[in-house]
Amino acid sequence: MRSSTASLRLHLESALAGRVPSPFRLREAIPPVVVPTGIAALDEFVGGLPRGSLTEIYGPPGSGKTSLLHSALATRTCASEACALVDAQDAFDPGTSQLSGVFLSKLLWVRSHGLEQAFRCLDVLLQGGGFGFVVLDIADAPVRLVRKVPLNVWFRLRRTVENTSTILLVLSEESNAKTCASLVLRVEREAASWSGPPGSTTAVPHTPGCVLKEAAHAAEVVRSLLKYRRPQPINQLRFADSSETNVRFSLYDDPYAAQKLQLESLLPAKPRPKERKQNPG
Amino acid sequence: MMFGAIFVPDFLLQAAGRADAGLRNRPMVLIDGHGPNFHVVATNRLAAHLGVRLGMTKAAAAEFAGVELIARHKDLETSAHDALLDAAWSFSPKVEDTAVDTVLLDLAGLATLFGSCENLALQIKSRCRALGLDVHVAISANPETARILACAKPGPTLVPDGTEASVLKPLAVDLLAPSEELLGVFRQWGIATCGALAALPVLSLSEGVGQEGVRLHSIAGGQGQRALLLAEHRNIFEESLELDDAVEELEPLSFLLGRLLDQLCARLSARALAIRSIQLQLELLTAFEKAFDTRRELLRKRPVSETFECSLALPRPVQDPKLLLKLLRLRLQSNPPKAPIQKLRMRAEPDRPVALQSGLFLPTAPDPDKLELTLARLSSIAGESNVGFPELLGSHRPDAMRMQKFLVSSVVPSNHKKTDDSKIGFRVIRPPWPANVTLQDGRPVQITFRGQTWKVVQASGPWRSSGEWWEENPWKEDAWDLELRSAGGKSPAAAVYCTVFDALQQKWFVRGSYD
Repeated sequence: MRSSTASLRLHLESALAGRVPSPFRLREAIPPVVVPTGIAALDEFVGGLPRGSLTEIYGPPGSGKTSLLHSALATRTCASEACALVDAQDAFDPGTSQLSGVFLSKLLWVRSHGLEQAFRCLDVLLQGGGFGFVVLDIADAPVRLVRKVPLNVWFRLRRTVENTSTILLVLSEESNAKTCASLVLRVEREAASWSGPPGSTTAVPHTPGCVLKEAAHAAEVVRSLLKYRRPQPINQLRFADSSETNVRFSLYDDPYAAQKLQLESLLPAKPRPKERKQNPG
Repeated sequence: MMFGAIFVPDFLLQAAGRADAGLRNRPMVLIDGHGPNFHVVATNRLAAHLGVRLGMTKAAAAEFAGVELIARHKDLETSAHDALLDAAWSFSPKVEDTAVDTVLLDLAGLATLFGSCENLALQIKSRCRALGLDVHVAISANPETARILACAKPGPTLVPDGTEASVLKPLAVDLLAPSEELLGVFRQWGIATCGALAALPVLSLSEGVGQEGVRLHSIAGGQGQRALLLAEHRNIFEESLELDDAVEELEPLSFLLGRLLDQLCARLSARALAIRSIQLQLELLTAFEKAFDTRRELLRKRPVSETFECSLALPRPVQDPKLLLKLLRLRLQSNPPKAPIQKLRMRAEPDRPVALQSGLFLPTAPDPDKLELTLARLSSIAGESNVGFPELLGSHRPDAMRMQKFLVSSVVPSNHKKTDDSKIGFRVIRPPWPANVTLQDGRPVQITFRGQTWKVVQASGPWRSSGEWWEENPWKEDAWDLELRSAGGKSPAAAVYCTVFDALQQKWFVRGSYD
C-alpha cells in the first residue's frame, strides 16, 4: 500500500514537474501589504490595514470608529491615493475630517440612504476598481437590518477585493463579516476627558469654560490574519492646550492578553490590570 | 500637383440610409413633398429594378411590395455632407466644397504620408465607408478631370499626367454639367461625348455658344486647370435622426443613440478629435389627447412639440462610443423623458484627445474613463447630488458644504500633511433628531430623544452662533456638548452628543455624536 502511494506520488510529481514546483507541499501564504492607519500605536500593534482584504472595525456609538476612519483616510489621501466612502446613513462630517488632515478632493463620498443602496454602491465601486481605500460605513444603520445581510455578501466582497490593492474597511456597530474579514477590531470608549476653564488644571463640571478635550478608547483585535508584533509601551501623552478635542492612542504591554490594545488619552494613568479575560472571539 | 475628387453617388439615398446599414441592401425609395403631393425623389438600384420610377406618387410607390418608403430629411443630408467634408479634411487641409455630393482635394505633398496615389485613393474610399458613405474617388493633375471621372466611374480612378483628354474622350458630355440650353444645342449638333466636344474648333464654338461653351471645351480637352475655392474648417459635429414611429422605451432608444454616437465618433476620429461634451436633444411626441385643444378655436391647432434636453460633460475627451452610450443610458435612466421620442439630435463638442503616460510609482487611482462610468452608475443609484467630493463653504453655518464632481486628477498640495494629533471624529445626524431637554439653572440636566431619556453627566456650552440674518435662511443656535448616561441606570456613560437649541424655532435638536 505504502509503495503504491509512494509511486503514485512520484508519478504525480514527475507529471507536474516544471508546472507545479512542489504539489504536495502547502504553499506559504504571501503576507498582505499593509498601510498605516495613521495611529502609531495601532499600526505598531496590528501592522496596519491590509490591502486586498476586508477589515472590520466595530463598536458602539462613541467608541472611536470614526476617529480611526478619519485618521486612515487622512493617511491615504495625503499619499495621493483615491479613496471612497459609502455612507449608508449620511453621517460623514467633512469639517472634522478635514481637521484630521483628510484631503477632501481625493475622497469620493457616496451619500446613500439605506443599506440596500449602500451595498449596491459598494459593488459598483469595487467592480469599477482603482480605488486604494474603500470604506463602507454602516455604523448608524439599524442593527437588526445589518444582521440580515447574508454571509455570502461579505464573502463576495472579500473575493472582489482579493488580489487587488484595495483596502476594504467596514465600520459597524456589531461584527458581521465574521471569517470573511482579515482583520477585525472591536473598539470601545472608556471615558471622556473634559478640561476646565482657562487657567484651571482640573475639569469643573457644568461650567461655561468646560470643554470636551479628549477621549479614552480601547481596541481589541478580535481576528487577524496578520502576524502582528508584540507591542511596546509608549508614553507620549501630551495635553492639548486649546479647546481642540484630541484623541491619543497609547499602547500597554499586557503579559496576559497580547491582543488587548488600549487607546488612551489624557486620563490619569490607570493601574495595569492584574488579569484580563481572554477575548472569546 | 495632383487633385482628388470624392463623389457620393445617390447622395440622397446614402444620406437617408447612413445610420442604418441594413437599408442599403433593400429596395429603398425616398419620398419628398408636401400634403398630397408626396412623390419619389430618389430610388436605389433594387427599387428601380422592381419598377419604381422617379416622380411617382407615394401611393403608387407603396404598391410595390418590399419597397421601403423613407421620408426625406434635410438634417440627414446636412450631416452626410458634413461627414463627407470631415473625410476630406482628414486627408488634406485644402478642400473645395464643390457640391453637396462632391468635394475636391489638393493632394500636394501627401505622398510621404500615404504613399502612392492608388494607396491614397483606397484609403479615402475606406475612410468614407467608415463614415457610412460609399464614394467614387478619382485622382488627376486636373481638378475638373478628377471631378468628372469621379462622377463617371466608381474607381478608384488614377489619371496619369498628360492623358486627361484621352481618358475623358468616351465620357458623355452631360458629365460636364452644361446648362439645359447648352445641352440642347450640343444634342442638335450631334455632340454626345467629351471627345466630340473637344474636337470642335474653339473660335467657332465661341461664336456659336459663347464663353460657357469655350470653358466646357477646355474641360473636355483635359485642360480645366484652376485653383480650388477652399472651404472654411468647421467644428460642428451634429447628427440627427427622425423616426417614423415614436420610441418609448430606453432599450430601443439606446440602439438609436448608439448609431448616432458611432457616426459622431467616426467623424471626430477622422479629424483626430475626441468628444468633450455631448448635448442630446429629444423631440417628444405629444399625446393625442393633449395634441388638440378642446376649445373650438384651437381645435385644429397642434401645439408645439416638447423637447427634452440632456447634456453630458466629460472630464477628459473620449473617442469610445460604447463608453459614451453607457453614460448616456445611465443619464437617461436616472432622468427619463416624459413622452415617446420622435426625433433625436446629438451635438458633440470636440476637443483634442489627451494622451497620458501613467507612472510606475504613482499611487492607485481609477482609470478616468472607468471612473466616469462608475460615477454615472453611482449617480443612478444614489442620486447625482449625493455622489462627489465634499467642498467646505466659507461659512460658520454648521454642515456648510456642497458636493463637487470627483476627479482623479486633483493633486494633493505638498504642504498638505496629516495632523500629528488624531482628532475626535464627529458623526452628523441628517436630519437632526428632535429632543426634549430639561434645564436647571440654564444648563441641560436631562435629555430625551428617540423615545429614550438620558441623564447629562457632563455639559459644555452654550456655544452660541448665528449668521446670515441678512439672507432668507438665517441661523441662530446654542450648541452643547453633552456626555450622557442612561437615566436611572448605573451603566457607564454613553457617547458624547452635540445638542443644539435652535433659537429661531425655539426647539432642541441632536445634531451628531463624537465617535
